[in-house]
Amino acid sequence: MRGGVSAFTVSFAAPAFLSDLARAQGRTRRNLVVLYLSGGNDALSTLIPYNDPQYYARRPTIAIPAASVLQVGSDKAGNALGLHPRLGGLRSIYNAGRLAIIQRTGYLNSSRSHFAGTDIWSTADPRTPQGTGWLGRYLDTLPSPVDPLTAWATTREVPRTLQARTVGVPAIPSVTGYAFASPNGGVDAQYARDSATRIASHVPVDQPHLAFVNATAHGAFATLDRVAKVTSYVSTVTYPGDGFAQALRTIAGAMVKDVGTKVFWVQTGGYDTHSAQNPNAANGAYSNLMNTLNGGLSAFYSDLLNQGLLGDTLVLQFSEFGRRITENGSQGTDHGAASVMLALGGGVRGGIYGMAPNLRIAPDNPTLENNGADVHYETDFRSVYARVIDAWLGADSTSVLGADFRVGAPAFL
Amino acid sequence: MQSVPVPGRGRRGAELIEHLLRRAGFGATPDELNAYVDLGFTGTVSDLIDYEQVPDAVDSLIGKPGYAAITPRGGFLPAQNITDARQRWVFRMVHSGRPLQEKMTLFWHNHFATAYSKVAGAFGSTEGARYMAAKPSEDPNRVEGQIELLRRHALGNFRDLLVAVAKDTAMLVWLDGRTNVKGRPQENFARELMELFTMGVDTFAEADVYAGARVFTGWNLTRPSNAYYTFSYVASQHDTTAKEFTFPVYADGGKTIPARTAGAGQQDGLDLIAAVARHPATGPRLARKLYDFFISEVGRRDETLIAELAAVYYDSDFEMKPVLRHLLMSPQFADTSNRYARYSWPAEFVARALKEVGWTGFSVNDTLTPMSSMGQQLFEPPDVAGWEPGPGWFSTGGMLARMNFAASLATNQKFNLRTLARDSAKSPESLLAFLLDRLTAPSFAPESRRALLDYARAGGSWTGSESQVTTKAAGLVHLIVGSGDYQIV
Repeated sequence: MRGGVSAFTVSFAAPAFLSDLARAQGRTRRNLVVLYLSGGNDALSTLIPYNDPQYYARRPTIAIPAASVLQVGSDKAGNALGLHPRLGGLRSIYNAGRLAIIQRTGYLNSSRSHFAGTDIWSTADPRTPQGTGWLGRYLDTLPSPVDPLTAWATTREVPRTLQARTVGVPAIPSVTGYAFASPNGGVDAQYARDSATRIASHVPVDQPHLAFVNATAHGAFATLDRVAKVTSYVSTVTYPGDGFAQALRTIAGAMVKDVGTKVFWVQTGGYDTHSAQNPNAANGAYSNLMNTLNGGLSAFYSDLLNQGLLGDTLVLQFSEFGRRITENGSQGTDHGAASVMLALGGGVRGGIYGMAPNLRIAPDNPTLENNGADVHYETDFRSVYARVIDAWLGADSTSVLGADFRVGAPAFL
Repeated sequence: MQSVPVPGRGRRGAELIEHLLRRAGFGATPDELNAYVDLGFTGTVSDLIDYEQVPDAVDSLIGKPGYAAITPRGGFLPAQNITDARQRWVFRMVHSGRPLQEKMTLFWHNHFATAYSKVAGAFGSTEGARYMAAKPSEDPNRVEGQIELLRRHALGNFRDLLVAVAKDTAMLVWLDGRTNVKGRPQENFARELMELFTMGVDTFAEADVYAGARVFTGWNLTRPSNAYYTFSYVASQHDTTAKEFTFPVYADGGKTIPARTAGAGQQDGLDLIAAVARHPATGPRLARKLYDFFISEVGRRDETLIAELAAVYYDSDFEMKPVLRHLLMSPQFADTSNRYARYSWPAEFVARALKEVGWTGFSVNDTLTPMSSMGQQLFEPPDVAGWEPGPGWFSTGGMLARMNFAASLATNQKFNLRTLARDSAKSPESLLAFLLDRLTAPSFAPESRRALLDYARAGGSWTGSESQVTTKAAGLVHLIVGSGDYQIV
């Protein structure tokens, strides 16, 4: 069981105060979009060290030829790097100076378990990855009562990253389905909604599970009218039809309609590429993943640029781990260690941060671990979080993360 | 069927048996409850566990009058079309005479969480549905889809189930065992066998994963006559060297699976499966999962019962029937403080609502999109760990999906509900009392009950007219089934 009931104290503010609250709680329209690539992204197929002969030696069938990568220059150590050929839109954003690529992000003794790994990245606590998420703890620092739309998960479940002690976060995968239906029309439907709202406001302290479910129902009633405004959003560009791009479109709509959300969560899956990764084939599994990623983010970037909202937006991408360097017998890669993070937005100082691994297996190679099988981290992911909390959200990273991780944080903001 | 008088909760033992059926089944219709009350609690437990005594006839009821409808798309083909497979499963949850077998099938589906989409991605959608859901009796090559395998082993021997799952076509695709070969081992299945299916995270080392992957080299698929895929041990692809583990593999404490000839190498996998079934972390881990599923998700687990269940598991050589019998007959199961102490899964919620509200003229097809919005699409768990039961089901969007399913079912059943409620509709109070009894919700708090009553009274004085009863019976069913209280089972 994950978190959840510990959060039965969640309070969704009463609807009457909503617009006042939204106004009072920082008129800055700055927002953060957290993007989770679920399954463990193969960083070496996203950002390719195309001059490293070991990359080709260890990946005889799945390496991306140097001729096809989208070159983005070199890191400080002079390692030439290129993006996956399907990331053309991201390369343009990179060239515009609005994409930061942070290499070898991770932590000591990286977990190879999806679930432990995801919990660690969510809680920012490798030692005891339980309880609230790092952004949940940020929400807990906001002055109470917190507007119930301060955060918005575009998934069906609220991810641990957004689980807070005192703030309930709505899960709104589709704005059109986020409405209250009734078997009868007209005035009876309003009676029904009144009654359901009253039932949902019953929060019995001696029944934490019922209190939790009712608080969730109450949160739905407290948010659905404002969410409905987003259904009328007309985007300035056409987004691809997949769920990821459509979620980003919804987020853009929520920003334009100014519903007051500061933290959005979006995710896209399929990154657990144990077999038939085919990063080169036109319709190969990894090419499709990159195509989805590129299509959604490019449309989102252009839409926000057109709407004048790019400067207020930061997209921060992560995945629970990177993958094994040497390909397996199934033209895929097994679970590994350090991965890559991307940050994109109007306030981002674009560029390549950190140093690429040297893929040569040798006991004295500090960029690898696990007998040279996996990439060793260079940048603690918590220092990236710290930068976001301090420099973007305007909160105190030491209190949210429980320690000072500012030292060595990449200066992408 | 639904015109039979409601048994009423005054009947001796009825509340405990209702509780048993919500947990070990998917709730009960008034008729079913009557029949189980006649058996008594112990008799009902035996009926549920020794289900071989009950005919497995539910599929023959599909399409018959008197049962929930299905929606065929030019033919009802659950062995070839995943939507039809989903319809058949929901139909079984509602109508099976073996509710515990169905409930355990759902439990194992979550435990061995395999997604149709990956199998379909490998072999196409028709073949994907086949390896997930075909019954041998309806397949030209007697293919047994994964869900049928789980149903067959629902309360069988856990070690045998692990072996069957390790050789299951859908699993060999899902966790990539089909490409696990000598020299290029594939870790996916070996890792999840230990982390998710048996011992649990933090009970093994990375080295065990690497050794485990080598153990299962050669456990691949073959395709006889190009007609179907099936398990095949490919001796030439098996790594014959010895494999060392950090935990005992053999009863004498030996941690090394010895080097074997390629021809005998399949025994490696059987040895490892026996070892992880026997591992001291597996019994308690299974017991905790069963405890959360059948007893309570609220407060602390009763560690005494966990220890007892684990002991029964080991003593019976991994037989699940004795474990379930011990669990359902335990004082903890009957303890009234454990009533309404679980968060219903979407599948449980939907099936129970159909049983308690009614289904005449309702197609199980209309449960599928709502279930997906509630967070549970059958045959499509979100990842290898399955769904996240408990409070995780209850996001604002998921809760709205439940309320809206309640609305659509109540709308669909408007006229049936009016017929049922007509004699109990002398007043808003009597109508509400009738519906609360039928829907087996916990007793609502006074303020919630008042909110329901205020709804029944709103819009004009009570006349008990046909149109008023139609409106308010459906409206109340929507509010009760969509309430937080009803989500707790």
